[in-house]
Amino acid sequence: MRLFSLTALLVSALAAGAHAAKVTTGQLENGLEIVVIEDHRAPVAVHMLWYRTGAADEPPGKSGIAHFLEHLLFKATDTLESGEFSRVVSANGGTDNAFTSWDYTAYFQRVAADRLGLMMQMEADRMRNIRLTEDDILTERDVILEERNQRTDTNPAALFGEQRRAAQYLNHPYAIPIIGWRHEMERLSMEDALDFYRTYYAPNNAILIVAGDVEPAEVMALAEEHYGPIAANPDLVARVRPSEPPHLAERRIMFSDPRVAQPYVVRTYLAPERDSGAQKDAAALTLLAEVLGGTGATSYLGQKLEFESQRSVYTLAFYGGTSLDDTSFGFVIVPVEGRTLEQAEDDLDETIALFLEEGIDPDQFERIKMQLRASEIYDTDSTSRLARRYGAALTSGLTVEDVQSWPEVLQEVTTEDVMAAARMVFDRNKAVTGYLMRDETSPEEATQ
Amino acid sequence: MIRLIAVLTSLLTLAQTAQAEVDIEVVNTPSGLTAWLVEAPEIPFVALEMRFGGGTSLDALGKRGSVNLMVGLLEEGAGAMDARGFAERTEELAASFDFDAYSDSISISARFLSENRDEAIDLLRLALNEPRFDQDAIDRVLGQVISGIKSDLKDPDVIARRKFSALAFQDHPYGSSGEGTEDSVSALTRDDLVQAHRDTMTRDRLHIAAVGDINAADLAVLLDTLLAELPEQAAPWPDVADYGLDGGITVVPFDTPQSVAVFGHEGIQRDDPDFFAAYILNELLGGSGFDSRLQSEVRVKRGLTYGVYTYLAPRDHGPLFLGGVSSSNDRVSEAVAVIQDEWARMANEGVSEEELELMKTYLTGSYPLRFDGNARIAGILVSMQQSQLGPDYVNTRNDNIRAVTVDDIRRVAARIMRPEDLHFVVVGNPQGLEASN
Repeated sequence: MRLFSLTALLVSALAAGAHAAKVTTGQLENGLEIVVIEDHRAPVAVHMLWYRTGAADEPPGKSGIAHFLEHLLFKATDTLESGEFSRVVSANGGTDNAFTSWDYTAYFQRVAADRLGLMMQMEADRMRNIRLTEDDILTERDVILEERNQRTDTNPAALFGEQRRAAQYLNHPYAIPIIGWRHEMERLSMEDALDFYRTYYAPNNAILIVAGDVEPAEVMALAEEHYGPIAANPDLVARVRPSEPPHLAERRIMFSDPRVAQPYVVRTYLAPERDSGAQKDAAALTLLAEVLGGTGATSYLGQKLEFESQRSVYTLAFYGGTSLDDTSFGFVIVPVEGRTLEQAEDDLDETIALFLEEGIDPDQFERIKMQLRASEIYDTDSTSRLARRYGAALTSGLTVEDVQSWPEVLQEVTTEDVMAAARMVFDRNKAVTGYLMRDETSPEEATQ
Repeated sequence: MIRLIAVLTSLLTLAQTAQAEVDIEVVNTPSGLTAWLVEAPEIPFVALEMRFGGGTSLDALGKRGSVNLMVGLLEEGAGAMDARGFAERTEELAASFDFDAYSDSISISARFLSENRDEAIDLLRLALNEPRFDQDAIDRVLGQVISGIKSDLKDPDVIARRKFSALAFQDHPYGSSGEGTEDSVSALTRDDLVQAHRDTMTRDRLHIAAVGDINAADLAVLLDTLLAELPEQAAPWPDVADYGLDGGITVVPFDTPQSVAVFGHEGIQRDDPDFFAAYILNELLGGSGFDSRLQSEVRVKRGLTYGVYTYLAPRDHGPLFLGGVSSSNDRVSEAVAVIQDEWARMANEGVSEEELELMKTYLTGSYPLRFDGNARIAGILVSMQQSQLGPDYVNTRNDNIRAVTVDDIRRVAARIMRPEDLHFVVVGNPQGLEASN
């Protein structure tokens, strides 16, 4: 049963994989990359434009600007009124939205396949032609501050996650939250937004992904028509962010809040990500997360701590390999009533030590691989998900070939590879251990 | 706006031609079950959705939380397998089974490969018919349920929703959480779970949809394997839930920087002849999309929130018309005032011809786009059955949307929207907001 929710922490342990759907790629002269994923079962198309820029590309002191700009792209352009973009999509029976992460910013519409040209026309327009007013800035800045309130400031688990991430990275901007630090968000200006926009919103920094009931040749022609005329930005610089120095000391964070109902321990270790042409370590870590903390009833941690000793109410291991720079491998341990967080942390460390001694049950390993093979079949049922998978990979330094070879790389991983990856990643000097604790003061008392 | 008009003109063709491209076959099994099937052999798996009507509202008196706990235990051991054995077998087959309890139904979502379909169905049959309810599994899942109940007690969104339900429906099951309280679930015994299983997982209120790589004959055999042995009749339906809340504002003090508000009053049943008009009305007021009146007034113009929404909740025993908003403690009173004004404006004035036409174009154009994927289609088909709709609904739905006029909306707005009855439950430390009770 999945009753415990840790929204701020959950990272899909099963990362990207290739599939049976037909994928065609291309590139315009201005540098725009194109990926077409065919699925002719329903007359629907998903049109996505991904920029190779995100929160980790922001200038110092301007945290939140990538996400703020994403909001502002729904305002006016030279030819569209504020809000008209979404109104036109709706009037065509479609839906649209956008999202921002550390490594990417993406915009998408889901429409009838014969509306693709119109979507491209409008998306190409707002790549270069937004026209902001001071009023847009003030009002929409209030909206993102309310978004931060809703997602983070009212949620102790989210605040805790933000602090933990900040402690994980000593130098890399992954330490900074996507939504931004409040004190910096409050000062974001039109100039900040336009600087970021002019620097990063260009065809040579973007990937167009179209998935659904479309013909590749037609998509390429439409892309040429709408995106082709936009000039590349010759000043675009390589994405080299500040990188991590050697981690020489483990970090511990203690976070208390009266709103915490269920205390727990989180441990994350700095870990390598998937690299183009070299995905083997990341594949081993992906399987390690499944072996240790996938399904509660069969995972190593679940078996030892939830079933045998009954010391935990919930356990989880997670790893997100799709990332431009160093990522993390982590655990969550939720102790049963009456067990302290110190004991929960000891339970985790003892279980990891035992695992390093005992190794992997070959039957469990085979079941995990069977599930990975089956996910190749199940995943073709959702073209939107496939489109997102390609977008996230291509904005994280991977290629179409990397995405397509990933399932094979996963199948080739041996139990020895996984154990070697475990010994490599479980280095306490690279780890943050966090306690999410209940404040002694009750919320009612705190109110007065 | 020139471009927009051109787009709308070209859209008329789309609106008239687009139909949901699904071919629904009604399958009757030898044991007397009925299922809807869309055969889709392109991908070698099947998505199977089942709903047992009743859900947590069928909890026996004094046993609040028993149905929810029972459903949580279906995958924790069945037949000769304990919890671990069941999980291992599921993984070997790469099948997935989700079991969930809601206030009006128990939901089973299954997904299995063509290559081992029979084995997967055998496994699911055990979970549905022969759950073990081992004491160690009960204790373990109970711990998870209680952990969830405690977290909910400190979650402002949940507090707001629960408070509204409690005020609206008091002692009716709708007035309390289907998860139960720590006290009520701690007192549950294995016998209570066996009884909850007997009371709810029966053949008389069962809705079934399958989409994927299977034909009608095979589906009939499969469903009888799975469900022929279940008891015929469920426990009696609960009473109608009388709505007992007046207009006003209830404040629940909670120390957090942003207040969460849930608001609403009575709603409209799904089988009401005015439902289509009410549905469009809600979409215009606070439905999904950036362009609803509330999103426009509260978020876009004033920046008072990240999101504000309304929805019709046509539940089996007591329909509601509900909404939600989150706004800083110092600004939430303004958000509440704007929502009150918009509620009254809609009730008094209805909508313009232009607003209605735009919305109809969106709703009719987007409908066929929903049917894109086996799992999604199976979910839609089983929801249609729960709403007592026939398989032909997919072909008539858009005509029903198009038939709604501005006069219909005005009449229905006056009928179902009652600004004087609109009640807000606000959780937080709202400033300048006068609680009315």
